[in-house]
Amino acid sequence: MSRIPLSALIGLFLTGTFFFVAIFAQWLGPYGLNEIAGDVWEEPSRTFLLGTDTVGRDLLSRMIYGAQVTIFIATMATILSFVTGSILGFSAAVIGGWYDQVLSRLVDLFMSIPSLILALVILSVMQVSIPVLIIVMGLLDSTRVYRLARAVAVDIAVMDYVEAAKLRGEGTGWIIFREILPNALSPLVAELGLRFIFAVLFVSTLSFLGLGVQPPLADWGGIVKENKDGLVYGISAALLPAFAIAALAISVNLVADWVLNRTTSLKGGRGA
Amino acid sequence: MHPIVRLVLQRVGLGLVLLLAVSVLIFLGTEALPGDVAQAILGQSATPESLANLREQLGLNVPATTRYFNWLWGILHGDLGTSLTNGSDIAADIGKRLGNTLFLAFWAAVIAVPLAIGLGLVAVRYRNRWPDRLISGMTLATISLPEFVVGYIVMYLLTVKVQLFSPIATISDGMTLGEKLYTIALPVLVLVLVVLAHMMRMTRAAILNVMQSAYIETAELKGLRPFKIIARHAFPNAIAPVVNVVMLNLAYLVVGVVVVEVVFVYPGMGQYLVDHVSKRDVPVVQACGLIFAAVYIGLNILADVISILANPRLRHPK
Amino acid sequence: MLDIAGKPLLDIRNLKIGATVYPPGERPRDVTLVHGVSLTVEKGKVLGLIGESGAGKSTIGLASMAYGRGGVRITGGEVFVNGRDILKGGTAGLRALRGREVTYVSQSAAASFNPAKRLMEQVIESCLTHGVMPKAEAEKRAVTLFRKLGLPNPETFGDRYPHQVSGGQLQRAMTAMALCPKPDLVVFDEPTTALDVTTQIDVLMAIKEAIRDTGVAALYITHDLAVVAQVSDDIMVLRNGKTVEWGTTDQIINAPREPYTQALVSVRSHEHPEKPPAAEPVLTVEAVTARYRSVPIDVLKNVSVEIAPGRTLAVVGESGSGKSTLARAITGLLPPTRGRIRFAGRQLSNDLAGRTKDDLREMQMIYQMADVAMNPRQTVGTIIGRPLEFYFGLRGAERDKRVQELLDQIEMGKGFADRYPAELSGGQKQRVCIARSLAAKPKLIICDEVTSALDPLVAEGILKLLLDLQAQENVAYLFITHDLATVRAIADSIAVMYKGEVVRYGPKSDVLAPPFDNYTDLLLSSVPEMRLGWLEEVIAHRKMESAGN
Repeated sequence: MSRIPLSALIGLFLTGTFFFVAIFAQWLGPYGLNEIAGDVWEEPSRTFLLGTDTVGRDLLSRMIYGAQVTIFIATMATILSFVTGSILGFSAAVIGGWYDQVLSRLVDLFMSIPSLILALVILSVMQVSIPVLIIVMGLLDSTRVYRLARAVAVDIAVMDYVEAAKLRGEGTGWIIFREILPNALSPLVAELGLRFIFAVLFVSTLSFLGLGVQPPLADWGGIVKENKDGLVYGISAALLPAFAIAALAISVNLVADWVLNRTTSLKGGRGA
Repeated sequence: MHPIVRLVLQRVGLGLVLLLAVSVLIFLGTEALPGDVAQAILGQSATPESLANLREQLGLNVPATTRYFNWLWGILHGDLGTSLTNGSDIAADIGKRLGNTLFLAFWAAVIAVPLAIGLGLVAVRYRNRWPDRLISGMTLATISLPEFVVGYIVMYLLTVKVQLFSPIATISDGMTLGEKLYTIALPVLVLVLVVLAHMMRMTRAAILNVMQSAYIETAELKGLRPFKIIARHAFPNAIAPVVNVVMLNLAYLVVGVVVVEVVFVYPGMGQYLVDHVSKRDVPVVQACGLIFAAVYIGLNILADVISILANPRLRHPK
Repeated sequence: MLDIAGKPLLDIRNLKIGATVYPPGERPRDVTLVHGVSLTVEKGKVLGLIGESGAGKSTIGLASMAYGRGGVRITGGEVFVNGRDILKGGTAGLRALRGREVTYVSQSAAASFNPAKRLMEQVIESCLTHGVMPKAEAEKRAVTLFRKLGLPNPETFGDRYPHQVSGGQLQRAMTAMALCPKPDLVVFDEPTTALDVTTQIDVLMAIKEAIRDTGVAALYITHDLAVVAQVSDDIMVLRNGKTVEWGTTDQIINAPREPYTQALVSVRSHEHPEKPPAAEPVLTVEAVTARYRSVPIDVLKNVSVEIAPGRTLAVVGESGSGKSTLARAITGLLPPTRGRIRFAGRQLSNDLAGRTKDDLREMQMIYQMADVAMNPRQTVGTIIGRPLEFYFGLRGAERDKRVQELLDQIEMGKGFADRYPAELSGGQKQRVCIARSLAAKPKLIICDEVTSALDPLVAEGILKLLLDLQAQENVAYLFITHDLATVRAIADSIAVMYKGEVVRYGPKSDVLAPPFDNYTDLLLSSVPEMRLGWLEEVIAHRKMESAGN
């Protein structure tokens, strides 16, 4: 335990709390998601701990349900991008040749357009629903995972110990799962954190632009959008989900940073 | 031909091929996805007649390849098609908005680039001391905040708490330059904040990389003054990586602009694009997407070309 | 500068140097690198600093310019240059010292030159900065130095950029850069270590003559006692940051007092008695030609060699000679385009994929860099146990028992099976790699520069182990190396390679006996010998220019 730095502990604790809230939202939310329980934009009080929103719904409840939607979409998109990206990336590194060329050039193509722009183009002709969002976000982001996984695997594949395994006569399965994967895991886990943050920011931005999660469901980006008009009257309801997004992103970042540092210190194990 | 000219031409040529491929991708992305475009645009409740009308209007009855080449041919002649929602000429609509967007991005870059490089140098100078830590802390904060959140925080602080600016940045032709600058101050500030930390951190890394080279040690062991070491030995080698950093971040600015324009209701390309995505106005979305992609690819090519030009190994071949 | 009668030029007293290390996952802690070393260098004299990695020799060399690399700092003692304590001079005093009174030549000149500036500009920079002489005069001096150091086209050499000249030339250019401002002392930090052996000798001679002609004093740092014996007046032997022995070159080489010095002196003198060739060779390489994809040149040309069971064939050559490519061709990693390989009485498929499990098992390989030849996420037990499992189907206790037997065989004893490679020393890592190849019960082990990355005494231990194992297991070795001393110590027969061809091949006694072809002569004569005056003799008798020119 003493080896985990304080920042990483804080990050782990906060990330855990966010996920707890997201999973148990149905039990934690004091009011229903779309239950109009008070007046428009009430100040925080005993009944409404964070006040009410633009039509008088309890903001705390909406934040809690919003956490569920945001974190669910981001998690699923991250898993999708990781599974697709790392399988394709590893296989490209190990198989090489035409397979690698075609995949890599295709990924170059997708990465030559900013993700947000490409997502907007695609969403303009799709009926936006949660599965569509997850698939679009996950596949667009898998290009980045692909690049990392391929680069890491290519680095490892040229190591002498992999050559030694090939000379021993080991099969592709042993080489991928026993020689390459254990050494590629740490950088990939760190990247997992960063991709998750990116997914949270991405879905929030899409929802804020009105192209992500659609009512009656709400995520944090959508809550900002609903309440943004209050800002000019000095009502800060829109800033709450904004802070939640930032807090989640920062805490995941702290964890990812720690994992990444552990990785680099393992790599540069030659010491002073 | 000098090898460096060949390399630059190759890189530019590759960029053009990429742009062509991107145009195919955008076309496919809007017209070949599962489901029917017309259905998607009109929704589930559309009548068969209106669907057929729309298909006709979109030219969906012609083969996709023909449509693509017609579209591309039009673009190469400055014809971006007509908007589905109001039938206006897209090229004319975009023209003015593109100018506005570039105006915004230009001022953001003018402020952010020197500031980022300056602060990056400060971070290197005070490595691992508080100015450096402050900068890495700021980076963590900004990469954790989406652009629209930065936008609203700034808006809340500077229009509500301190009433310095207006929350809506609408500019028009009649304004003087001074008035325009005052109006776009907030969106520019947000854009600067969005790219600054990244650019600083990457500049810092690029310069540190150069400063840790063996030839800097050589210069120190020659008894040169720190200023001379930086000016004569670090700077010429740091130009390429720093310019690269700047270009990549300016490319990132392109994305930031889309969201920031929506936040501040600024009449630029970004808001235009987002509006028409909600209205499912496919021709407009295609045109805007292609223009954004072209700017992004262009900046990336520029970054690569500058790296090639600044590399002494390529400039003075064996 | 100051001429203080009777005082040494450089006088280091009780020097202590420390650094902060950052072990992964632990708190940073301070370590001491140099524990109170004292030395002096007289005007115009050369002191050689010698030691293994971690001896602190480079650190001490840089301390004579009051410079610490990375987090290294001087924690105690005094450093006098020309009678001044430079540790008390402040930054302005240090700037006046560096590049004027004391200059520096590094191991890697290629990295030490600014890639964006022409050589001349960099060579004369110190002269101009310190106002030693006007620009025109400095350029003239640089050209004179270029000529003296044997650089091609000395008049125009300075117009080139660093990447436009070869490594050996850059090393000389860096020497010119160090000598240009007429310093009192030059610190040479392993200046020839990165060069090929035939290039090293030229650079060494150029440095020696330049030192003699300019009358400059020098600290010459190296790990190679034979090299330092050629250039220095005195030698100090260092180990773990402490002085082991300090004396004249003659005394250190011919009458070392300390056991450690004695071991260093005798390390290269082992000679392995040649065994007579056995009847049936285990490996026969017949007229093998190979090339890498996308490079239209044959990197191996018509190579034919054979090895008998229990014998060692040493393949010798410089970088680019094709010796490692030969290993790749034999193992099937780079299938030959022409030629055949017979192994253990069978015809081997040229391609790795076409070989049987027994083909693979009976031919094992050991690599130069032991730390990248083992998966860092596997324990020693897994690393050695896998071939047992894979080839012989051993599992559980049976396998563990065999792993322990192998560990005993490589003299590593109990408790190592659970360790990870990162927890082993360089020599131990190489031993584990040897055990892994032995586990397969091979008939042939290909050893690719297996001792090159190790300190001389550790390398000697590995060679001894390999010889012992050969006697026990009757395994044949294909031993690839650039180092002729290693060849003498292990080979039964030798193949000398040059530009992809075998230029000389036969039993050791024949190959190493005259008459020689030109290249073998050059190669043999370039290996530094541990005796005084060797360098001059060699230069006087050369038949062929080195490859590096």
